[in-house]
Amino acid sequence: MRNTWTLTKVRMRLALRNRAFIFFSLIFPLTILFGVLSWLGRRNVAVVPYALALVLSITVMGSFWGLSVQLVTFREQGILRRFRVAPVGPGAMLASSILSNYFLTLPTVVIEFALARRIFHMSQWGNLGGVFFMVTLGIITFAALGLIIASVTNSTQETQVINQILWSAFLFLSGATLPLPMLPVWMQRFALFLPATYLVTGLERVMVARVSITQIGSEIVALAVSAAIAFFLSQQLFRWEPEAKVGPRAKVLATATIVPFLLLGIWENAHGSLRAAARTDFLSIERNAPAERPAPITSPRE
Amino acid sequence: MTAPIIEVHNLTKHYGPVHALRGVSFEVQEGEVFGLLGPNGAGKTSTVEILEGLRPADGGIVSVCGLDPQSPGSSFKQEIGAVLQATALPDKLRVAEALSMFASFYKRRRDPAALLKRFGLEEKRNTFYSQLSGGQKQRLALAMSLVNDPRVLFLDEPTAGLDPQVRREIYTIIEELKKERKTILLTTHYIEEAEKLCDRVAIVDQGRVIAQGTPRELKQRSAGTTRIELRLARPESDGALRQLEGVADCHASDGAYVVHSTRVPQTIVSLVKYLEAHGNELSSLDIAAPSLEDVFLELTGRSLRD
Repeated sequence: MRNTWTLTKVRMRLALRNRAFIFFSLIFPLTILFGVLSWLGRRNVAVVPYALALVLSITVMGSFWGLSVQLVTFREQGILRRFRVAPVGPGAMLASSILSNYFLTLPTVVIEFALARRIFHMSQWGNLGGVFFMVTLGIITFAALGLIIASVTNSTQETQVINQILWSAFLFLSGATLPLPMLPVWMQRFALFLPATYLVTGLERVMVARVSITQIGSEIVALAVSAAIAFFLSQQLFRWEPEAKVGPRAKVLATATIVPFLLLGIWENAHGSLRAAARTDFLSIERNAPAERPAPITSPRE
Repeated sequence: MTAPIIEVHNLTKHYGPVHALRGVSFEVQEGEVFGLLGPNGAGKTSTVEILEGLRPADGGIVSVCGLDPQSPGSSFKQEIGAVLQATALPDKLRVAEALSMFASFYKRRRDPAALLKRFGLEEKRNTFYSQLSGGQKQRLALAMSLVNDPRVLFLDEPTAGLDPQVRREIYTIIEELKKERKTILLTTHYIEEAEKLCDRVAIVDQGRVIAQGTPRELKQRSAGTTRIELRLARPESDGALRQLEGVADCHASDGAYVVHSTRVPQTIVSLVKYLEAHGNELSSLDIAAPSLEDVFLELTGRSLRD
């Protein structure tokens, strides 16, 4: 545990010395926040919690990139093998990726909340405990999913290509950028197989409908089980040596991570209520809009 | 005699069709500086990396501090320190951070500040790893290998690629460690390094230990010959020089001729007579006791630099 904590602190320092990391973990999410809320929130303050949930999802999903790519770079550069001759195990190395992602993402989440409140006049906080829980679980899950990709790729370049493909799917097909109810039905059905969808809808539900976490049990179970499988497999498939290439068996094993979402996607498509809940939350914005509309903006004619 | 701190018996390792180690055996006593000397690709690094636990062996028995390097848990790693052939650290990691971080991994640890001072890195404590020179990086690697006050220290080609001045600095550090009776396993392809630093040396070639002993013992294996290195105004054939009186062996090397003689005065007299008879002249002549290079040459027919 001491090794994990030491590595976490060091890796946080390294990340904060990296301009690209600062951009993608702080500046990029805040730019999205301003973009989305300036566009939607000024006209309808009821949109703010909903839009904030989407921005929070994107921020949390950023952990998918986070420090997992750094691990691949460390392996490629032969840095990991220096750690290997010290009493440091794969578990400490992997857990430090997740923990440092967590501690580096939390301040961005807090800043997003503060800005939504101060600048965009967000009138309600949602179920704050639920938000904190989902943010925590989301960061852990997406950081762990990043680790499983890192464990089956052989180079930083390969990791970035695969991450980019999955990240695009997470971003555009889960409801994080365009609300789920606005997507074509076939796309909504496909989205039910993506981990990102359960994070987005979970955060929407606790932010907009202020539900308790017991009411988003399926989302929580899917994310938690997936995180546990991803972490376990990453440990099993961990490679210290730059020349240690991953075999086909490892790649097959890694696909086990998607099993919870595959099962949940099948079940949700057949019997689930997630799409209906997402639609209810989405419609509630319009329903609540007049009551929560801020002071009318004076038109040029007036 | 106490049990050896490092035991290697009939060690084998192959990478696909390449047999890197073909039954390497040696033992190292506590407090000894033991060298593995051989050309590139001889199997030195494979041997050390197996002993460090970085690679599994394909066959044979290996023990360090009475432990199997592949044993699970951290007990083995608590006992060893290592300077890898190529140490890499994150570019944006500061010198003091690197030492403190590695120190924190061990139960038994030395004061990182004292190590910084000892290795002349005090002024560089806040410098990023990427901004260090090659020599400073190597001194940091040595300091990191000592953070746990290890019982056994592995140094894999610690001076390779460094300029002569930095190399001498590293020699001084290793000599200090030797005085502290630290057990060191050193790999090198520098003859001077092995002769200067090692109590005993194993000469490794093509995955086998072809000779081992103290540098003096190994040099005595050169059958009591003396090394005469000479340069001539015009080239002569090795064969002709081999016919001279007292010559055991002769070969051309870097434009010079290295002659091994059992009777030096007679060899020199017959050499002068031969050159006079053939209208040739001596440009230079050096007489020296045989080096480990000569031993290697005698055993393999090749130079260490080949």
